[in-house]
Amino acid sequence: MMNRRRFIKKTVASLVALSGWSVLQQSALAANLVTMDSQESPILDTLEGKKPLIKQTFRPPNYETPVNYFDTAFTPNEAFFVRYHHAQIPKINANDWRLHIGGDALSKPLEFTLEQLRNEFEIVEIAALCLCAGNRRSLFQPPVAGIQWGSGAMGNARWRGVRLRDVFARANIDKTALEVSFDGADSGILRTTPDFIKSLPLAKALDENTLIAFEMNGEPLPHWNGFPARLIVAGWVATYWIKHLTTINVLSKPANNFWMQTAYRLPKDRFTAEQFDSQVSETTVPITDIAVNSLVTNLTDGQVITGIKPVDIKGLAWDGGDGIVSVEISTDAGNSWQPAALMQNHGRFSWRHWRYSFTPKAAGEYTIMARASSHSGMSQPLVAVANPSGYHHNAVQKITIKVV
Amino acid sequence: MRMLFLLLAFFVSSAMAGEESVQLKDGNGKEAVTVQCAMCHSLDYIPMNATNRAGWEKTVNKMINVMGAPIEDGDKKIIIDYLANHYGR
Repeated sequence: MMNRRRFIKKTVASLVALSGWSVLQQSALAANLVTMDSQESPILDTLEGKKPLIKQTFRPPNYETPVNYFDTAFTPNEAFFVRYHHAQIPKINANDWRLHIGGDALSKPLEFTLEQLRNEFEIVEIAALCLCAGNRRSLFQPPVAGIQWGSGAMGNARWRGVRLRDVFARANIDKTALEVSFDGADSGILRTTPDFIKSLPLAKALDENTLIAFEMNGEPLPHWNGFPARLIVAGWVATYWIKHLTTINVLSKPANNFWMQTAYRLPKDRFTAEQFDSQVSETTVPITDIAVNSLVTNLTDGQVITGIKPVDIKGLAWDGGDGIVSVEISTDAGNSWQPAALMQNHGRFSWRHWRYSFTPKAAGEYTIMARASSHSGMSQPLVAVANPSGYHHNAVQKITIKVV
Repeated sequence: MRMLFLLLAFFVSSAMAGEESVQLKDGNGKEAVTVQCAMCHSLDYIPMNATNRAGWEKTVNKMINVMGAPIEDGDKKIIIDYLANHYGR
């Protein structure tokens, strides 16, 4: 092992020396050079097959969707956000792809081609929000380590595929089954890096809204969003939505890896959320469903509006599947609240657009706030609930506009 | 050999992907940081997560102990010093 490690290290070192990391840097177009400070303005960059997106990191690729794409009910595939933990991301030929289903709590392993999945099971479609657990992490104060996402690590799409439970109906699942784990084709550069494998409670895996999806908004999944098939766990954060899905294991014991037992966890009793009993520790629980939240999409903090005339306030609201019951707007920094009009409902897992028309009485500064509530009575807090990994940032936004 | 091929492939493809535009600040340890960190990820992760010395120690230890980065003790100190001195908070 050490020999191989040394070999890799020497190789990288000589690559840097020979092909010249610094030469690469110096030879790049001056206009593209950025000496990295901690404060950066957004860099737009284009991945193959995508529109320019807000680059967070080049490798592994982490790119967020500019908010101007959020005006439509469904986020265009070419503008949909990209999030990877590992840099080794194979381009998969759909004909070569196989889905392996096994595990210690399954008596008969199964294997499927994409054609078999398409032809042998009922095809279903769900409109659902795909939301990174760390969306808006950059808004936490003090800062929290991790990708410093703004508001664009999310997107809404129509996901088409087959229900995992229909596929499991072909398998003999043992009575001892507790969790179902999911692995995709991506992996770390080093074999020592823990593979990104996530598990679900058996009941969630068997939920009718958990799909193996191969289409997104009527087209095959883009490479960067999991081609040829990914898991959809409607209502739960995207950490469970494994891309380039290759292996599903039905387990009699809790999945025991870094990505389940250390990462993507929250302090116990700090959030109201769906339970994942088999993964609860003394102090933490896994993140599960999406917290109720909203976003103003057409105004920015500090925006100047010329003339005393009606100002349209537009935005989105979403939650983990209870559905949005109301969005209230304040134009006086939270002293009074009025209901916004909810637009078309695409289903309880979809985000929902809303709109409010505000007519300022005079010139001056106005602090705009939006607060969504769900059918289960949950609503957004005024201050985000602190947690060590910076998940669930769902604080009510405050946007100050100046009418002149 | 497979690993070497992958590494070469990633260095070439990542350089083409715009990763070369990321420039770390000059200083002692910059080369060690570049060699060790860029093995697995682009260097934009570093300014993004600027933090104090304790924070960088935690991150570098995570890379070694959890992510399996083959960083030896001598390099580890150089890397932490560089990060704390140039990307502190």
